[in-house]
Parts: sequence; C-alpha cells; structure tokens
Amino acid sequence: MKDRFFVRLFVDRALRGACLLSTVLALVPLASVLWFVVVRGAHGLSLTFFTGLPKPVGEPGGGMAHAIVGSLEIVGIACAMGIPAGVLAGIHLAESEDTRFGRFVRFSADVMAGVPSIAVGLFVYVLVVRRMQGFSALAGAIALAVLMLPTITRATEELLRLVPESLREAALGLGVPKWRATLRVMLRTAAPGIATGIMLAVARAMGESAPLLFTSFNNRGWASSPAEPTASLPVNIYTYAVSPYADWHEQAWAAALVLVTLVLCLNIAARWLVRGRLP
Amino acid sequence: MTDRTNVVRLRDTAADSGELSRDASRPRLEKPDAQSVKMRTVGLRAFYGDVQVLKAIDLPIVERQVTAVIGPSGCGKSTFVRSLNRMHEVVPGARIEGQVLLDERDIYARDVDPVRVRRRVGMVFQKPNPFPTLSIRDNVLAGLVLNRVRVSDPDALVEKALRQAALWDEVKDVLARSGTSLSGGQQQRLCMARALALEPEVLLMDEPCSALDPIATARVEELIHELRQSYTIVVVTHNMQQAARVANLTAFFYMGELVEYDRTDTVFTRPKERRTEDYITGRFG
Ligand SMILES: Nc1ncnc2c1ncn2[C@@H]1O[C@H](COP(=O)(O)OP(=O)(O)OP(=O)(O)O)[C@@H](O)[C@H]1O
Ligand SMILES: [Mg+2]
Repeated sequence: MKDRFFVRLFVDRALRGACLLSTVLALVPLASVLWFVVVRGAHGLSLTFFTGLPKPVGEPGGGMAHAIVGSLEIVGIACAMGIPAGVLAGIHLAESEDTRFGRFVRFSADVMAGVPSIAVGLFVYVLVVRRMQGFSALAGAIALAVLMLPTITRATEELLRLVPESLREAALGLGVPKWRATLRVMLRTAAPGIATGIMLAVARAMGESAPLLFTSFNNRGWASSPAEPTASLPVNIYTYAVSPYADWHEQAWAAALVLVTLVLCLNIAARWLVRGRLP
Repeated sequence: MTDRTNVVRLRDTAADSGELSRDASRPRLEKPDAQSVKMRTVGLRAFYGDVQVLKAIDLPIVERQVTAVIGPSGCGKSTFVRSLNRMHEVVPGARIEGQVLLDERDIYARDVDPVRVRRRVGMVFQKPNPFPTLSIRDNVLAGLVLNRVRVSDPDALVEKALRQAALWDEVKDVLARSGTSLSGGQQQRLCMARALALEPEVLLMDEPCSALDPIATARVEELIHELRQSYTIVVVTHNMQQAARVANLTAFFYMGELVEYDRTDTVFTRPKERRTEDYITGRFG
C-alpha cells in the first residue's frame, strides 16, 4: 500500500512538473516576440510615424498614417460585411432544427475555417480583383470578411446553444413572438460571448497580410476611395522588412509594434467583455 | 385555511351533468356551472413525435378557482398544462389533437395566434427562469417591454406585481440587481410577478414550489390563495397536502389519462377510483 502511495505521489509531481514546463515553453516564444517587437519597434515610433506619409527612398523619416488608416478601413469594411452575415448564419444554425442544409452549412464553415488565408486571397483575386480590374480596399475587405465569416458563424451558433432553452420558453410563455424572443432574449443573453468571438475573429483578420497582398495591395500615399489600392500595416511590414534599407527596417518594426498593440487591445477588449459572465 | 365558501357549485344530478359525464367509460365528472367554465379541453391528445402522452382528456377549468393537477412523475401533467397555452408545440416534433376551448373558442383553431393565447394564459415554469441580463425591475416588466406594451407608470406596476408575488419587501431596495442574483425561491416569485404583470386571465403553474423551502412554499400558497379572487389558476403539484390546501378542484392523471376530477375534498376523502386512492395513500407513484 505504502509503495503505491509513493509511486502515485511521484507520478503526480512528475506530471505537474511537465505541465509547468510545457506552459513555460509555450510562453517563451510569445514573450520573446513581444519583447523583440517592443524593443526594436519603440525606436522607430514618433509622432510623424502616426501622422506622416512615407518619404522617398533615401530620405530619412516619414510615417505610416496611410497604412494605419488603411488597415482600419479595410478591417472596418470587412466587419460591416462579415459580422452581420456571420451572426445571422449562426442564428440560423442554432435555431433551425437539424436539417440537411444546416449540417451542410456547419460543415462548410468548419472547412472554411481551415482554408489557408492565402487561398482566400487568391479566390478574391480571381473573383473580384480581376473583374474590377484593379486592387482595392474593397477586395481586401472581402477577403478578410470571408476569413472572419466561419469563426463568427460558429461562435454565434455555439454560444446561442449555451443559452438555456428555458429562457426562450420564459419569453414565449409571456406571449413574445418567436423571432423577438430569439433576438431580444437568446441573442442578448449570448451577446458578451458572441462579442468575444467576433473580436477574436477581427483581431486575426487585422493581422493578415497574405490575403491582402493581391487584393488591396499597397499604396505609397492616401487612397482616394475604397476602390483603389490601399496600404495596410501587415503588407507594409512585409514590404519594408524585405527592402534593403536600414531605416525601412526600423519602420517595419514600428509598424509591427502598432499592429501588435492594436490586436492586443482587441483581445483584451474581448476578454473584458466576457469577464465572468458567459451565459 | 382553505375558504370553502368559495367552492364551485358542482351539481350532483345526473340530468344536469351534460356531455362531460355522458360517457360512462370515462371518470364521472359533474359538470360545473356553465358560465363559470373558463377553459375546457375536448378530447385533448398530445404527442411527442409518434408517442402519445395524453389520451383524450376532457377537463373543464372553472373560472376563479384553483385547479390542482396531481399524478405520478411522467403521467403528463406538464404536457397537459403546456397544451393549455400552446407551449407544448414549442418542443420540436410535439403536436396536439383535439380542442382546448378558452371562453368557448378553440385556441388551436387555425386562425388563432399562439402568441395571443399565451398573453391570456400565463405560465410559471417548474424551474425559475428569470432573464439573467435584466434587472429585477426589468424582469417584472419584461413581458410588457418585449411585447412593446406602453406602460404609463412602470414603477407602480412593478410594485404591484412584486407585492402580489409577496416579494416586494425583500427586493424593494435592490430592484436594479440582476434577476439571477436572487435565491431560487425569490426567483420563482419573481417569475410569478413577471407573469402577473401581464394580467393574464388564466395562470398556469407547473410545480411552482418544487425548488422552494417550506417558508417560500407557504408564501407561494398564500399567494395562490389571494390570486384566486381575480385569476383562474391551474397548479401542478407533487405535494398532496399542497393540493389539499390550495385547490378547490383536483384532477388526478395517471399514465396520460384523466382518472378522476372532482372537488378537492371529494378526491382526497372519497375518491371514486381505486387508482386515485392508491396514489393518494402512497401505495404507488
Ligand atoms: N420533450 C419530450 N420529448 C419526448 N417525450 C417527452 C418529452 N417531454 C416529456 N415527454 C414524455 O411525456 C410523458 C409526460 O411527460 P410530462 O413532462 O408531461 O410528465 P409530468 O407528469 O409533468 O412528470 P413530472 O412530474 O416528472 O414533471 C413522459 O412519459 C415523458 O417521457
Ligand atoms: Mg412536469
């Protein structure tokens, strides 16, 4: 008996140790990326970085105002398209009975979530960019919306399913029409969780560069409309980082810092929204 | 405790007893005064998919009386009350045959909107289900707000409903707190207040006390007592003493059948059916 006890104790300790070690190992790359970005990016940050446009090659200084605004614009348009569609699709999946169509949509969403983002970019390139005969913020936004769609759909569905059916019955029992019970009770109760899912999807889309490379492309200055090629932070990071100029490298780091901060803010906002009140 | 002067006038003479007791194979049921029948089921059958759980129930529900529904677990009590305000059909695959008359109009007629039926026939569910995203105050008003009913003085209405549900004194200082911050018994009374705020004509309560302690149970029973001045009440209960205390009429269900329906004191002291007697005396169920 006693021996078994010590064996158990040993196994327990060993497993705890292994868990701790793995956690630390997982955190190391994350922390070092953050540290690197902060240390090297802080150097290139200045007021002009946020307000100015790029200077011609060789001239020092200049900023990325157009890329910051461009990123927000592309992601904003993507949200306007992806969030309503995703949420409505999620409601449909959660509310409708188990139909063949529902299963098909759910399966497609799961497959779509696994499609590499560059493939989505290619898809939008063929369908939108070639038709419109030019790169545009709109095309970039469509690519990002397609990327966000499956995540938002599935998050909405899963969180709606978590809301107890008894709340719907409560609403229906008060003589509330079904659609209003869904929107005002079920969706409202699941809202914090759904908002978190949306934020995470948006944060992910915000950091994507691959699908933007051949949809919204890039621009050295301001785009005058969403139908024109538009600069974005991820694409600019890429372009600046692969350039041969040292001060461009610095700007790439600064852009990376801004992007990471934006994404982090979205993530923190998502966590804050859901703080201890999952349905 | 029970006010027996208020008991429904049930006629004893066979000649008066009308269609409900014409069929001798069914439990003999004296027909209550015709005008005082608020709801009536006629050959009500309920199904979940292909499984029939209610077998041709004919049961009149008398206005301004408390009707208790008793019977062993799984006999169809919940299904029965849920079919009285068209909540049964909310379950996927569930359906109804036969009629349920509310003021002599079939609520299952094709042109009747279930939403309207539920406004007139309110329901308190077995498990308390306040809206977690709403405050106590807004929970009481939920039925009105969700139905876009304008209320001239919402605060007065909240107070009235909470007083009716015997909850006002406990929550009057914390009306802004979440509805789910209350104890289980308080939540149940909150759900009653929420149903009462809509002033339904009939109030269905499915085991309203199953999650409550004896004190809260006593309060709910008092509440039922007061409410029967102005409401028609159907209450499902597993507790015989409770049925005996609050109800004027008692219906005994067994395996989807209405075995016996009579004045409460008759059901409990001189049941006509063997199965009723066995159940009441605790020999099964
Ligand atoms: N959603 C459902 N799907 C299929 N069958 C159901 C469903 N709900 C209830 N039933 C069946 O219908 C029958 C009656 O159920 P009901 O809930 O009306 O019983 P009850 O008398 O209220 O029981 P209890 O006292 O335990 O609440 C039971 O045999 C049950 O198995
Ligand atoms: Mg039940």
